[in-house]
Amino acid sequence: MPTTFMSRNDLLLFLGFTIVVLAMPIWLAPFGAGYPDLLQRFMIYGIFAVGFNILFGLTGYLSFGHAAFFGVGSYTAVWSFKLLTLDAIPAMVFAVIVSALFALVIGFLCLRRSGIYFSILTLAFAQMSYNLAYSVLTPITNGETGLQLTLNDPRVLDAAIGQTFVGQPVPTLFGQQLSGYAGFYFCAGFLILAFFFAQRITGSPFGMMLKSIKSNQTRMQFTGFNTRPYALSAFVISGMYAGLAGALLAVTDPLAGAERMQWTASGEVVLMTILGGVGTLVGPVIGAWIIKYFENILSALNDNILARFWSFLPDGMADFMVTVTSKFVGDGWHLTLGLLFVIIVIFLPGGIMEGVRRIAAAVRRSGTPAAKTQTQPAE
Amino acid sequence: MANSNVVLHVADVHKRFGGLHALADIDLQVEEGQTHAIIGPNGAGKSTLLNVIIGKLAPTSGQVVFDGAILTGRKPYQINQLGIARVFQTPEIFADLSVLHNVMIPAFAKRDGTFTLNMLRSLDSETGIRQEAEHMLEDVGMLNRKDMQAASLSRGDKRRMELAMCLIQHPRLLLLDEPTAGMSRHDTNTTIELLKKIKSRGMTKVIIEHDMHVVFSLADKISVLAQGRIIADGTPDEVRGNPKVQEAYLGGTH
Amino acid sequence: MFEVIFLQFLNGLDKGAAYALIALGLTLVFGTLGVVNFAHGALFMLGAFCAVTVRMFLTMETVTIDPTKLSPWGSPLEVREPLVQAWLGDFGAVLVNYSVPFSILITIPIMLLVGIALERGIIKHFYKRPHAEQILVTFGLAIVAQEVIKSIFGPNPIPQPMPTDLRGAADIGAFLGMQANVITYPLWRLIYFVFSAVVIAGVFAFLQFTTFGMVVRAGMADRETVGLLGINIDRRFTVMFGLAAVVAGMAGVMYTPLLPPNYHLGMDFLVLSFVVVVVGGMGSLPGAVAAGFLLGILQSFASMTQVKAIVPGIDQIIIYLVAVVILLVRPRGLLGRRGVMES
Ligand SMILES: Nc1ncnc2c1ncn2[C@@H]1O[C@H](COP(=O)(O)OP(=O)(O)O)[C@@H](O)[C@H]1O
Ligand SMILES: [Mg+2]
Repeated sequence: MPTTFMSRNDLLLFLGFTIVVLAMPIWLAPFGAGYPDLLQRFMIYGIFAVGFNILFGLTGYLSFGHAAFFGVGSYTAVWSFKLLTLDAIPAMVFAVIVSALFALVIGFLCLRRSGIYFSILTLAFAQMSYNLAYSVLTPITNGETGLQLTLNDPRVLDAAIGQTFVGQPVPTLFGQQLSGYAGFYFCAGFLILAFFFAQRITGSPFGMMLKSIKSNQTRMQFTGFNTRPYALSAFVISGMYAGLAGALLAVTDPLAGAERMQWTASGEVVLMTILGGVGTLVGPVIGAWIIKYFENILSALNDNILARFWSFLPDGMADFMVTVTSKFVGDGWHLTLGLLFVIIVIFLPGGIMEGVRRIAAAVRRSGTPAAKTQTQPAE
Repeated sequence: MANSNVVLHVADVHKRFGGLHALADIDLQVEEGQTHAIIGPNGAGKSTLLNVIIGKLAPTSGQVVFDGAILTGRKPYQINQLGIARVFQTPEIFADLSVLHNVMIPAFAKRDGTFTLNMLRSLDSETGIRQEAEHMLEDVGMLNRKDMQAASLSRGDKRRMELAMCLIQHPRLLLLDEPTAGMSRHDTNTTIELLKKIKSRGMTKVIIEHDMHVVFSLADKISVLAQGRIIADGTPDEVRGNPKVQEAYLGGTH
Repeated sequence: MFEVIFLQFLNGLDKGAAYALIALGLTLVFGTLGVVNFAHGALFMLGAFCAVTVRMFLTMETVTIDPTKLSPWGSPLEVREPLVQAWLGDFGAVLVNYSVPFSILITIPIMLLVGIALERGIIKHFYKRPHAEQILVTFGLAIVAQEVIKSIFGPNPIPQPMPTDLRGAADIGAFLGMQANVITYPLWRLIYFVFSAVVIAGVFAFLQFTTFGMVVRAGMADRETVGLLGINIDRRFTVMFGLAAVVAGMAGVMYTPLLPPNYHLGMDFLVLSFVVVVVGGMGSLPGAVAAGFLLGILQSFASMTQVKAIVPGIDQIIIYLVAVVILLVRPRGLLGRRGVMES
């Protein structure tokens, strides 16, 4: 068993991934992204995308409703903080269980259809959840304000062991506050774990069945497989990943709002996966990181910074460039994202990973040994 | 004819597509271990008949019985699990997967059933199934192509791979829809040899074929289908001599 | 009681009309080109912003400062002179007043161009690609369109006044021989309904009675055969895409007085329209229209307080709920053909 537990390549990929993730505060510092708040989001959306890819990348079922599970995970975690304890572990456990149940029900119904009908069904369910969270479910979701921690939450478990807090309640791990780098490493641990499981699943017979569903579902059925439970398992697993990510977001920022469930949020995770490379292991994570990074950098840019950037040009030109570029940064960064997305889908449907592969292949053909060792670990 | 060793019985099957009577009053009995050929001009309803057998289409009336079990109403995957595998007229394969994986997948269905949540085991640890698939590929002469992506195979190789995908399940009944169509003469001969080899293993086969050379060298029984009806039935020699057949089929298109 | 029900029915009509118009275009594009167009809502939104732009031009003013006079708060008086009135006199004033219907004339060529450019530039490369990729690229286009609009017009809704003469309400009850003032209905909504009925009838007539339409319909039923006949179906499909864009654009223009447009108007309507298309049956034009009105009216009934009292929140989810039930029970939709897009 140990010899076949994981192939050498898989093991190397896993170790490489772990090191890259854990060292992020160091290597991202020069890019202005080495601070915990952003790093936490890298981890969280990385998990979301890895999980989404288990459904979309492996089985080919395109869900436009995964934000609903993300949102359910957030709400569940915040309720666990409010009712039981500020400790993060029970919150995570409950969030994963509840989102799994939720995904089981929704997946069971949606998977009765395939193709575009499946996409529309997931969209419909997610929009229902979103609309309900905003309206009649306000007692559970606190509507537009969002669900927050307050000083007089019951927190029965904390109360039972006599734990009290001063000031604004913050989620903890065994009494240790999960803010700053502690929060990052907490999330990083989960991302690494999430990646590990995704790797196992992809390399297992089960993973191969999922890929063959994507490739030719009819053949699967005539080959003796009941494809629906396979797809449903993938759906539930990816729903659990989404719930986990949602819960982590609640850990780092204990405020859950309904907008996390909106279909544009579902669209975002689709984008991350596509951008990085559908069906690859590392791709979705990279896609999530890039989108969150640029969201952070570009949306923080303003006219002053742009003016400084273009100051080397003659005055009139500089003003012109500032006006043009300002449309793509700050609030306009979504425009950049949309354009990037369109360009990727048109020219590089395999995403960044496909680009890397093509470059690697080109380099290999030209046979530069130095470049070879550089590009290989990315695969 | 001893009724006892009839393994497949298509009983009074009709299939209508709107106004088109694609299968009319089909009654077909296939005996254990025999190779039963179905011939007939294009559009006669041959593929439709196989579709009804494997549960891809529901008959308008009538039923199909396999070894005492009524197939009609069952799901395609249940029918496969009873021991029926099919090679399609246009290859149904997993185009984006490797040849080896294409052949391994059906072996999993045979071993693990319709659904198993074996997601923490590594595919690399499945040496048994891998070896079985490699043997199978060797049998069909494709071992050297096992790491190729199935999509990039030639048409003939796709069919041979699909045959391997069926054979690895050791089905009790193998349905072949024009298994040599689109193959070169050489590939056709290899395939015939292969089919003869399985014949000696006692697998029951229903084969649809246009190539009379193939039909007469393989079949124990022949049924002739024309416009959805069986117009003749019998041993190769009986069918060859049947004037109705000559008129409807042999004389007509050849 | 009858009045109440009738009123809700009327209230659902205008929204239903908008759904129907968008869904009609979506279905046209899907049926002819086989493309799942997530950017269709954006076309509706672009139409609405054509109206906004036209009005902006029509109400351009010159501002001259008259230093000899003071405004009530002491600053020099600004004299604003509307340009269009200055040039065209009374006709200019009428034009400004009727800016929304007038915009239609300008919207048609613009949307036709947008549609054709989109189809030739991007969509046509996706005919043979998987539906998932079609969804993705058009989804990306929709984001681009909405962000461009946002960066030009800002994030806030921009109200568009309806012509002063059309502001009142029609007393439909009296018209039908009931008591006066029991069932009144805003005139503009009535106009919207009539307008959409005319457009829908126009599209159907076009498909029914022209050779062009015949070829397109044949293409919708069986693209390959028509292609084999040597008819250049591509050219026609490009025009169909343009036509769908025009229909969506006009629907957007006329809707502006009912709902001040903002940049995410398209996305809001898109999701619902997709649901409408699916309920009607993918690829069925009558289905799209029928489902559009049906869901608009259902939504209107669901938002009655009496109904909400029984099923809280039903108004928020009714459309989706109907879609889910339809999809699960009758996957081809109300009027759809079997097996469309079910692979
Ligand atoms: N799913 C279907 N829907 C409608 N007609 C079909 C379908 N499948 C086959 N047919 C029609 O049934 C007839 C028999 O087809 P088929 O069984 O494929 O003939 P063949 O004997 O060449 O294999 C043909 O006319 C074909 O067009
Ligand atoms: Mg056939």
